[in-house]
Amino acid sequence: MTVFLVLIVIILFAVAIWQMNKIYALSKGNSSGESGEVANGKDNRINAKLMVMFMVFLYFLMFYCFWHYSKFYLPEASSAHGSKYDNLMFISIALIMVVQIITQFLLHFFAYKYKGKKGQRALFYADNDKLEFIWTIIPVIVLAGLIIYGLFTWSDIMNFDEDEDALVVELYAQRFNWKARYAGEDNILGDANVRFIEGINQLGIDPSDVDGQDDVVTQELHLPVGRQVIFKLRSQDVLHSAYMPHFRAQMNVVPGMITQFSFTPTVTTEEIRKTDYMQEKMRTIQEIRKEKSKELVAAGEPALDDYDEFDYYLLCNKICGESHYNMQMKIIVESQEDYEKWIKTQKTFEASVAQ
Amino acid sequence: MSANATALEHAHDDHAHHDHHQTFITKYIFSTDHKMISKQYLITGLIMGFIGIAMSILFRMQLAWPEKSFTIFEVFLGKWAPDGVMDPSIYLSLVTIHGTIMVFFVLTAGLSGTFSNLLIPLQIGARDMASGFLNMVSYWLFFLSAVIMCSSLFVEAGPAAAGWTIYPPLSALPESISASGAGMTLWLVSMAIFIASSLLGSLNYVVTVINMRTKGMSMTRLPLTIWAFFVTAIIGIVSFPVLLSAALLLIMDRSFGTSFFLSDIYIGGEVLHNSGGSPVLFEHLFWFLGHPEVYIVLLPALGISSEVIATNARKPIFGYRAMIASILAIAFLSTIVWGHHMFVSGMNPFLGSVFTFTTLLIAIPSAVKAFNYITTLWKGNLQMNPAMLFSIGLVSTFITGGLTGIILGDSTLDINVHDTYFVVAHFHLVMGISALYGLFAGVYHWFPKMFEGKMLNKNLGYVHFWVTAIGSYAVFFPMHFIGMAGLPRRYYSNTAFPYFDDLADVNMMITVAAIITAAVQLVFLYNFISSIFYGKKGPKNPWKSNTLEWTTELKHIHGNWVGEIPSVYRWPYDYSKLNEDETDYVIAGQDFVPQTVPLQENEEEMNH
Repeated sequence: MTVFLVLIVIILFAVAIWQMNKIYALSKGNSSGESGEVANGKDNRINAKLMVMFMVFLYFLMFYCFWHYSKFYLPEASSAHGSKYDNLMFISIALIMVVQIITQFLLHFFAYKYKGKKGQRALFYADNDKLEFIWTIIPVIVLAGLIIYGLFTWSDIMNFDEDEDALVVELYAQRFNWKARYAGEDNILGDANVRFIEGINQLGIDPSDVDGQDDVVTQELHLPVGRQVIFKLRSQDVLHSAYMPHFRAQMNVVPGMITQFSFTPTVTTEEIRKTDYMQEKMRTIQEIRKEKSKELVAAGEPALDDYDEFDYYLLCNKICGESHYNMQMKIIVESQEDYEKWIKTQKTFEASVAQ
Repeated sequence: MSANATALEHAHDDHAHHDHHQTFITKYIFSTDHKMISKQYLITGLIMGFIGIAMSILFRMQLAWPEKSFTIFEVFLGKWAPDGVMDPSIYLSLVTIHGTIMVFFVLTAGLSGTFSNLLIPLQIGARDMASGFLNMVSYWLFFLSAVIMCSSLFVEAGPAAAGWTIYPPLSALPESISASGAGMTLWLVSMAIFIASSLLGSLNYVVTVINMRTKGMSMTRLPLTIWAFFVTAIIGIVSFPVLLSAALLLIMDRSFGTSFFLSDIYIGGEVLHNSGGSPVLFEHLFWFLGHPEVYIVLLPALGISSEVIATNARKPIFGYRAMIASILAIAFLSTIVWGHHMFVSGMNPFLGSVFTFTTLLIAIPSAVKAFNYITTLWKGNLQMNPAMLFSIGLVSTFITGGLTGIILGDSTLDINVHDTYFVVAHFHLVMGISALYGLFAGVYHWFPKMFEGKMLNKNLGYVHFWVTAIGSYAVFFPMHFIGMAGLPRRYYSNTAFPYFDDLADVNMMITVAAIITAAVQLVFLYNFISSIFYGKKGPKNPWKSNTLEWTTELKHIHGNWVGEIPSVYRWPYDYSKLNEDETDYVIAGQDFVPQTVPLQENEEEMNH
């Protein structure tokens, strides 16, 4: 593959140089002409045609990208607010693509149609208040719609009401891994500060705070489906960002303050694995990895791990140092019973300190 | 040749007496002549651009072929590429310095510095800037900051690597990333000097435009280029000092133990004493400049394209007053939208709502500008000079990139595309590529003015434009889609996420397109250098333009005009204006009426 691409680059480059040579030769021949380095009728004709071809290229590129690459879009959201997000995104993209297609057409078509010709008179057309008004007011109306829709959704997401049975989880960021702290039976997170960090108490939970005794610190994030989760985010060193793309959730993690975000997961890990989208995706990736593994094995290196089961993930999305690209945590969405079973196997803060 | 010019000046121009004798040093190095300073800005900017683009090719190669060994890495990165494999920390440095260089050194100084200096005195009819000396100091401070930035590349622990936004604590603590030591110090020093340079330049531009316009040159007779440079300078004066204060506070946090941006940090096995600071404060200060900066970069490009499009369409720019109003509206709004970079920073969600509102408002003047450009082309007589092509290209990328801004400016939608490749695609199209096109349009258009009538080869210009136009769309359009897949930016490699494996081909395609696009810039470089020495001399007014700079002689003299400065009697956009009987142009047989031509008998008077 690499060799093939390098070859393409070399060939394209050669073609480019050949073409340039030709054009350069032409330009030398032309120099006796009246216009020198100013565009003449022939230049106008050629470049006007190229404008049309460029427009075709641009439309082709857009079409190709939507046709082949829109499969990379994230699957339908796995959170309650996510469907509103997806809806707004769909409307916005549809809208901007309509504008894009029309304006790019006008721009390039006019560039072609009104190419300079000898003796052609341009129209002296300096102003038209009506037109200006029209294309001020149309964006105003459209944007007003988008703003209103957007702001309602935004305030729904950010100014969430706390459900009675909401689960409180702290996401704790340290270079370069994530930890989760569950609030335990009392559903209240104990106080914490980096100044309490010592030995096994890696999150700096205040040992004297009663609320913290039943807190549970884990390496994986398990979430019961259909139950609101309130994330409290805390960092011990630099800025991080907790990004959970499948849940349309992201919030920066800021040392010195607690930020928060909330969503309700709606699709379990088991369920999303079974969707056509994910099955297809896993098949494609598995094939790619098999291909690559063959190459690797041939070169005497170990093959890649299998990747046939999808897991939700949380990743770091704010540059935090050398291994920023490798800072992630597995998320598992499961039924309430499975979640309870799992949390019982985890040690509370009290128990782990006592050890 | 200099003797000849001096003789001429002595004969005709009483204003040019201070120009008697020029040594090499006063003429080419410590020159106070705005035309020479503009060339110095351009050439320094182009060199920095060359470095910045080369860096992007290096890290694009790493993204396309992760952890592959390349000899080219070994050659350029040395110890940072053991066995030719790029090190993750130098990847972050490359990304950081690429951003810094392109935004500040190429698109701020190289674009605005070059053309403000060249065009403000020439187009308003002034002999030079208000203060030639400050102008010279401004350039040399810029040069100094560029040298310091480049020297930071050779620091033992590596150049700054915290992203061009240098958010603390990462940028404040060498414990977090070794590049935040000496490399970061040099970055901050370089930027502080750069800001001083930018302020001196901006103040000079503003004073010159306000005070030194020639007789008859009212504000509503200024070419849109000057309006753009003028307003850009004002935005710079308002916002750059805030970045300086952010940099100063960061320097104090780094070196003097203060806690403006730091609090509750445990790093390297110990707790730092800092408490009470907030990184969010830095984000506010940074983006208070950072967002207007986008318009500092873009407005000059739009100003240049307004002028180039009108001239080459042989038509007045459509909606001159609406264009000025849009520039002013954009400038005002640009200072109150910075929070849209911080929707998920942890600031109050209500603030997010306010910033969404102001951000989407800014789309309105931008849309007006785009429509006005398109209408200017309508029923024109388009002369397809390379500058014109780049200007049309600018409108195209400005629309494409601007539209995705509607998604990013919406706080809700930003949640999931924030800091992904979607953002990278968006801002590269709307400010990177668009502003570069503006820069190229300006160079092709005003090259004859800079180099005493010599012109760039148009055919090489065509090759340069078309390959660049195709290449940059091929690089940045597909990038939206990998962003929509949730791929974060600034990742050294995606191998840790098998989920992203199917994006590898797209990444490869993007890199190949980037290499081709970068390679074709060498054509421009060749054209530029060879035309300086061997370019064909064109006529005095090659593009048949109305503005004042084309009334000067080809030969540069200090003071610009031999004899009196011409007076101005009309706006600069009387292209293809007909006489009252509509039998012929105002000046028979000539489709343009320079600003220096008084109102003709058989001519309808317009508002300007």
